[in-house]
Amino acid sequence: MKKQYFINANIIDPHNSINETGGLIISEEGKIEAVGKKVNTNNLPSREKPIDLKGKYIFPGLVDMRVFVGEPGYEYKENFRTLSNAALSGGVTSVVTMPNTDPVIDNVSIVDFLKRRGRDKSKINIFPCASLTKNIEGTNMTEFGLLQNKGIIAFTDGIKTIQNPRLMSRIMNSAKDLGCLIMQHAEDYELAKNGMINSGIIASKLGLSGIPEIAERILIERDLTLLEKVKCRYHISQLSSQKSVEVIKYRKEIVKFTSGVSINNLSLNENDIGDFRTFLKLSPPLRREEDRLALIQGLKDGLIDVIVSDHKPEDEESKRLTFAQAATGASGIETLLSLSLELYHNGSLKLENIIKALTSNPAKILKIDKGNLSIGSDADLCIVDIDKPWIVKKDKLISKSKNTSIEDKKLQGKVTNTFVKGKELFKL
Amino acid sequence: MATNINKAIKISQKNLLGIQDLSINDVNLILDEAHTFIKVNQSKNKKIDVLRGKTQINLFFEPSTRTQSSFELAGKRLGADVMSMNISNSAIKKGETLIDTAMTLNAMHPDIIVIRHQDSGACNLLSQKVNCAVLNAGDGRREHPTQALLDALTIITRKEKIEGLKIAICGDILHSRVARSNIYLLNMLGAEVNIVAPTNLMPKEIEKFGVNTFTDMKKGLKDCDIVMMLRLQNERMTSSYLSSNREYYEYYGLTPDKLEHAKSDALIMHPGPMNRGIEIDTILADDINKSVIKEQVELGVAVRMACLKIFCT
Repeated sequence: MKKQYFINANIIDPHNSINETGGLIISEEGKIEAVGKKVNTNNLPSREKPIDLKGKYIFPGLVDMRVFVGEPGYEYKENFRTLSNAALSGGVTSVVTMPNTDPVIDNVSIVDFLKRRGRDKSKINIFPCASLTKNIEGTNMTEFGLLQNKGIIAFTDGIKTIQNPRLMSRIMNSAKDLGCLIMQHAEDYELAKNGMINSGIIASKLGLSGIPEIAERILIERDLTLLEKVKCRYHISQLSSQKSVEVIKYRKEIVKFTSGVSINNLSLNENDIGDFRTFLKLSPPLRREEDRLALIQGLKDGLIDVIVSDHKPEDEESKRLTFAQAATGASGIETLLSLSLELYHNGSLKLENIIKALTSNPAKILKIDKGNLSIGSDADLCIVDIDKPWIVKKDKLISKSKNTSIEDKKLQGKVTNTFVKGKELFKL
Repeated sequence: MATNINKAIKISQKNLLGIQDLSINDVNLILDEAHTFIKVNQSKNKKIDVLRGKTQINLFFEPSTRTQSSFELAGKRLGADVMSMNISNSAIKKGETLIDTAMTLNAMHPDIIVIRHQDSGACNLLSQKVNCAVLNAGDGRREHPTQALLDALTIITRKEKIEGLKIAICGDILHSRVARSNIYLLNMLGAEVNIVAPTNLMPKEIEKFGVNTFTDMKKGLKDCDIVMMLRLQNERMTSSYLSSNREYYEYYGLTPDKLEHAKSDALIMHPGPMNRGIEIDTILADDINKSVIKEQVELGVAVRMACLKIFCT
């Protein structure tokens, strides 16, 4: 690989507290060789032709902590190849995949398969999760230790929740013994039973069963109470309400844990569901505008650590149904960054805060050397024209499934180039 | 197309999916039209031919006696060719989706489809996929517009107007599309609406619909002109919404002593089918001076004739 030189870029790397205009050099081995304001034409050898980025931004490649891939079992929704291409077009270079596949990622042999497929078909870094319980049934624990040795990054039941408090406390004990990260999708099944959207006036009007915010809060309260006794690495996958943010604010003073939020819950509210738009049937559901604003404030205050795409590809057939019958989830990996940038453009968040929640924070939680531009690290990065306007069209999406929650939305900011290990794998 | 219609009728909507979509002009148009059909239905020769050559398909995914027969009769009296699909024998049972069924039926060029479905919003979905008009005969918990319209017509024939009346809607509001459609319509027509239900059967934030809410039935009925009772579905007991039928009857069943709190000339309504001795005392249900339950059924045909005529042409 030839050395690559970039100059005149706005570089943001929260991990190294870099937020300055400068350049970047990628070494022949695909590593970051130099970064920052000292990289400029005055310091470069004259024979090299640097690429002038003319004020475009360089961010570390995004680390998306909540991604569903269809392999194995649902290849028609998304496979590693289509996922990689979609991710790269959105500047995402590392993903944490959920174990909700068929079969479930719950044993060592399936992890081997996954790693082989990931290695052969994927262009981005795949960090697979295994399930907390066998077959995601919420009854028997999986082999955390053996799975972790095979390269499992974290444990979660993905779209499912550990309901049984005794099992949860035992999971926490094991996780602590083995140093595993566990991630919980916080929802009490009984309180959320049959629910489809946020409980409230919209649900009453549309005649749909509601999911009350308390279904989330009560589970978070339970887990954080258990966590007081057993201090393991615990992460709440997604928060969705103002009340949940209040709870974590109070609890952060007592115990150590981390939390995430989906870009959908940061950008949309329950009113967007309109006339039964099944593409906005999400879990956790979109809630009130007050909740959305509280989540943004939570990020600002550092209470919420990461933003995820909650990328859940679903084919047309599973969405072209009545709201009750339609599948839950939205495709979102390729719009994650652009939609996040909306929060910068509309003044909700500082650019550095957004990038931190998309790069260094998830990497820190996962304990991986990604999401940074440190010298010597893999050159996983994206170049972004943060002002470029574009309109989301489902037909133009790269992901195999077109179930975007933001069809026809006007966005500002687009990834123009994405590099993984120094190789340019996406170019607009 | 509308050559055999005497007067020009304009409705703002292509489909009748819910009262929410209608303007007050639309409502008055339907009610005026329905009024003319009351006499037709009482006369010896009930058949007219305004919809001759038109095809009406009834697509009922939920069992229904009165609504389905009412729509069928309404279509036939207007001269339409009416086909009622029997869902239990159809491709739906073989796993066909609603949209595919809609496409299939659409290819047969119907002029109107009447749909009832257990899922809220099913009629909206159907209406996006077919060319003809869609009439909602009840979707999940969301709306049942023709029921609300026939209730309004019943009230108007007895009380002359709705504006200024105090109307109590009592019972299982949470699961009731009839309640939702009635709340929208009665509010639009200027009534004051009281909702009476135990908290477990009250939809979240229902007060934002512009109604007064009561958990005490006697207070909710105070000075009401109309008492509208709703059917209590038995499966609510097993899922712990309520403890027992007898306790429900004690607190929320319409009995003479509770009715005393309403105005002396208050009328009793019920969309049917009734659970006698659960939500309503059997003597009150049959009291010809107070109960207008049979009239509701009668006027239902007139309202559905009006809707078919207006939306089919």
